[in-house]
Amino acid sequence: MTQPILEVCDLSRNFGGLLAVNQLSFSVIPGTIHGIIGPNGAGKTTTFNVISGFYAPSSGHVTYLGKDISGIRTDRLAEIGLIRTFQGTTLFNEFSVIDNVRLGCHVSAKSGFLSRLLGADRESEAVATKKAEDLLAFFNLSDLRDEEASNLPHGHQRALGMAVALAADPKILLLDEPFTGMNPEETARMMTLTRDIRDRGITVMLVEHDMQAVMGLCDMITVMNFGSLLTEGTPKEVRTNPGVIEAYLGSAHHAS
Amino acid sequence: MSDSKTTITVWIFALTLLAGLLVLPQLLSYSQREIAVFLIINVLLVVSYRLMTLTGEWSLGHVVIMGVGAYASALFSKRLGVPVPLSMFLGASTAGLTAVVLSFPLFRMKGFYFLIGSFAAGEVIRLIWKYFTFPFGGAKGLNLIPSFPDIGWISFFDPVNYYYLCLIVVSVSLFILYRVERSRFGLTFHALHWQDKLAESVGVNTFRYRMLAFTLASFFAGLSGALYAHYIGTVNPTRFDVEEMVYVLIWAIVGGTATFYGPIVGVVALTIVNDVLLRALGFDTIRPMIYGAVLIASVLFMPDGLESIFPKLKRLMMGRKTEPATKSEAGEIP
Repeated sequence: MTQPILEVCDLSRNFGGLLAVNQLSFSVIPGTIHGIIGPNGAGKTTTFNVISGFYAPSSGHVTYLGKDISGIRTDRLAEIGLIRTFQGTTLFNEFSVIDNVRLGCHVSAKSGFLSRLLGADRESEAVATKKAEDLLAFFNLSDLRDEEASNLPHGHQRALGMAVALAADPKILLLDEPFTGMNPEETARMMTLTRDIRDRGITVMLVEHDMQAVMGLCDMITVMNFGSLLTEGTPKEVRTNPGVIEAYLGSAHHAS
Repeated sequence: MSDSKTTITVWIFALTLLAGLLVLPQLLSYSQREIAVFLIINVLLVVSYRLMTLTGEWSLGHVVIMGVGAYASALFSKRLGVPVPLSMFLGASTAGLTAVVLSFPLFRMKGFYFLIGSFAAGEVIRLIWKYFTFPFGGAKGLNLIPSFPDIGWISFFDPVNYYYLCLIVVSVSLFILYRVERSRFGLTFHALHWQDKLAESVGVNTFRYRMLAFTLASFFAGLSGALYAHYIGTVNPTRFDVEEMVYVLIWAIVGGTATFYGPIVGVVALTIVNDVLLRALGFDTIRPMIYGAVLIASVLFMPDGLESIFPKLKRLMMGRKTEPATKSEAGEIP
């Protein structure tokens, strides 16, 4: 079995007396699409925020490429290839589409203060612009290059959000509810895009409510309930697991 | 085709502006020449302030930072005998360094809290000047600050010559500030303003970029303070109090901060209103009232600042024959 790209070990996070994540462990295999599901309040988003450095874990640790990254700041994680997206449409709304993606190239377009001042960064900026344009082409956004991001329809905005994340050269991409608020058509398109991203060699981890999308897309699924691990496996295994059905629908006993 | 035409228009405009600025002092009376010197210094102050506002943080300590540059440059030249041009640079650097240090407590806050925090930090610095007679001269401040040394037969005691000196220093500074804004730094500063979490998620160290903007803005504010100190020859804590800061805010708000030239338009327009019109009418003591009225009027009738007039004028002039307005107005001005 291959070395996992991301490993979560006995991770806990509490807010005051509320235990949002409790002794959670799972690992993500490189080159897969890994889903985290669970009923509302199961602690999925908190797990996400701990992994991406928004919160420090209360206990336990997160290992990325064999390195302990628990409590490291988000921007430092981005530099080493762990990129997250946000729920809904979080974009630089006032920027043009291309500038959104250009800003995403922040890490690869590093340059000194003087070289920026004197325009010696022209070459690296040209590379960044080229990369941004390629990404727009990948997401079918090339025609909207100079449009202001806030004027885009919802589906396009979500695609742009992914383009910004991809511009940062992720090794693993954490998608926070990528299908929320999408119609079936948009969801199908986004699923194809997500597979394309995986086929580029980028590991994808996602938190999602849309069961159909998760089942159709993920190679591995981790199910959470009340902050703890409920079960883990392929979509087929998870779908038939009685514990999962109970967590979502309640048990036959409660229903009667 | 139309591109080369615009370039030519821009060049003609720039050359006319330059010629105008060069000829200007010859057309003015002695006291108006002094006003012109202060105006040029204030242009640098307010443009440097705008760089700070790009990151979305509005400081109330900018004038105090200008004072740090003024005091430091004065002290370096007066007490340590550093030649004035060098001491000006050192003064500006001291202001920049002060910003680096202040970044650590201040950037733990955002928005309104940052505003209050920067005000408090500024007051602390002002109280230090007031309290310590050595080396800051206490409430009376410093006087007999060495003036800029003569170069050959050019004496910088003459406001016209000092005007040209300031014009050179400020032009170079504005060029640097403009380059910073047009580079990726400017893009990143804007990004911090609108979505700092998203910027963070693609690898932007938000603290470092906020600190960079603050430090650069402070360096040039300090430089404007140094230009001021060595011209007027005296500085005191009251000169850099919050009332002065309010004027800077009004220049920036009346001019508008969406464009590079907005604050410049603001400070020039209000200086003309205040120091030329009101003084001619003998009303210059009611400056605060007029400024207040102008601020209210501009917020009511021109919420995007004076800068918003120029695109409208341009559209009127280029106007009807080209194209119907392509974008909604709200889309253009954030």
